[in-house]
Amino acid sequence: MGEKKLMKGNEAIAEAAIRAGCRYFFGYPITPQNEIPAYMSRRLPEEGGVFLQAESEVAASNMVYGAAGAGARVMTSSSSPGISLKAEGISYIAAAELPCVIVNMMRGGPGLGGIEPSQSDYFQATKGMAHGNFHLLVMAPSSVQEGVDLMSQAFDLADKYRGPVMLLGDGMIGQMMEPVEFPEKIDPTELPPKEWATDGARGREKNVINSLYLDPDVLENLNWKLQEKYEQMQREDVKYEEYHMEDAVVAVIAYGTAARIALDAVQAAREDGIRVGLIRPITLFPFPEQVIARASAQVDAFLTTELSTGQMVEDVRLAVKGRTPVFFHGRPGGNMLTPEELLEEIKKIRGEVQ
Amino acid sequence: MKQDKLKEVAGYPDSMSGRDMHYCPGCTHGIIHRLIGEVIDELKIKEETIGIAPVGCAVLAYDYFDIDMQEASHGRAPAVATGIKRVHPDKMVFTYQGDGDLASIGTAEIIHAANRGEKITTVFVNNAIYGMTGGQMAPTTLLGQKTKTTPRGRSSEETGNPLKVSEMLSMLDGAAYIVRVSTHDLENINKTKQAIKKAFKVQQQGLGFALVEVLSTCPTNWGLSPRQAMEWLEKNMIPEFPPRVFCAPEGVDEL
Repeated sequence: MGEKKLMKGNEAIAEAAIRAGCRYFFGYPITPQNEIPAYMSRRLPEEGGVFLQAESEVAASNMVYGAAGAGARVMTSSSSPGISLKAEGISYIAAAELPCVIVNMMRGGPGLGGIEPSQSDYFQATKGMAHGNFHLLVMAPSSVQEGVDLMSQAFDLADKYRGPVMLLGDGMIGQMMEPVEFPEKIDPTELPPKEWATDGARGREKNVINSLYLDPDVLENLNWKLQEKYEQMQREDVKYEEYHMEDAVVAVIAYGTAARIALDAVQAAREDGIRVGLIRPITLFPFPEQVIARASAQVDAFLTTELSTGQMVEDVRLAVKGRTPVFFHGRPGGNMLTPEELLEEIKKIRGEVQ
Repeated sequence: MKQDKLKEVAGYPDSMSGRDMHYCPGCTHGIIHRLIGEVIDELKIKEETIGIAPVGCAVLAYDYFDIDMQEASHGRAPAVATGIKRVHPDKMVFTYQGDGDLASIGTAEIIHAANRGEKITTVFVNNAIYGMTGGQMAPTTLLGQKTKTTPRGRSSEETGNPLKVSEMLSMLDGAAYIVRVSTHDLENINKTKQAIKKAFKVQQQGLGFALVEVLSTCPTNWGLSPRQAMEWLEKNMIPEFPPRVFCAPEGVDEL
């Protein structure tokens, strides 16, 4: 760790990617993530890497496919409508088992939506990115520092699972400035060789990067193999944080930006003598379902809060399995939740379950 | 004649896998694959070449070449090639694409790869129809040509005119070498091989984007015998898509 710097989330995450050995970036402009490509266009050539502004998000994600298949540490970034366009390439990346990192600084939707922060792409990120049985490993930072920390792990996780990893932020995480410390730079040439990559079949059998499996048995096996990876993620790489959960009778569940607001509300409720805690999923896929299931034996109610009309709340309900009431309070993005309205909700729920 | 006096004058390309191909009788994909294999052998670049297969009839091309290959999504081969070439600028990268792949769904990708002067080689197989999906209209389908989706023949009022990819791309500064060739007879097949070889050499010398448009047959979906298909190509496609060099870097003849 070095000195602390005051940086915008987008730029800090871009720098963290470079320090994690990312040398290739293919992207397309869209607000509110434009600082990432701008930063990469300046910094990557200094590191001997390549920044390329693609003709579209569709092309960018397919450039990532090519570069990842060629063995590189590669990433792209976008925001909601752009991720929809990148979804084609991401499905092929997942099917061909290629490691890469995708940043989504979410904005309000659907359609062109708005450019203000939102969390309305939870479904897309964790379940419905594109056609086929696949998931991305999805991590959601709630501060600029955490964006840096998660980006530092994202490429290793992508290599570990040979698949796409998504850093899911929003316009607020991307745009706000906070003090950050960076880890030491790693040298991408010292990473373990990727023996499956297409870098010219010199003295070896040819390698093929592919997602076409006309033999139904082979296709089925690929699908089950992917599924095994997701089960391994659930065993080994779930990340979450708990606040004030020791004696909590109400648990608020929130991630990313919403979790910052929720924490303020939890602290205010504590000052009012309400025993409320916060569970903050950091990985959204794999989802921390076990910690929520355990908490359902302890608390009288859950309150899920999101900058959406209710998406993660479905995973909370699946984890709780009806054992405990699950309430939802959200706003679909653009307009922010306030700690005051959440405090009101907590009080209301406390009253209802008592 | 004694065995040791025999000299091999032609053989199966080392850059090809030898697997049986799935192409229909009379289809020229097999010929074009082989020409690429021969060029890779002759340039001694088998171990440094990465190919990109398209979506379409040639989707299984990765099985037929004995080199590193990536299978792209429909139309995105030039984007995939860009990703590979930027990571390995010292390697040879080529895309193999049909007319639906390159000239319809992949128009943005091919235009921008050419415009960036991406140092890749594209073999563009134009047979004026969608083959794999069963004979639908392609952007290069001729006016009046009957297909599954132009049962009364293609009309320019409804669906525009045959798209002239080579003419369009040759206007771009990044396009170094754009040429159209045909496969309807031996003389033209030989010319096709020379064009493909030059297109690889243009890449080797870092001169920019190179594309060889190869007029090709689809007897199955044209509803013709292999021989009739060759004749149909010559009679109908050549006038609409005249073979010629559209642009070439200086000194290309010496390549």
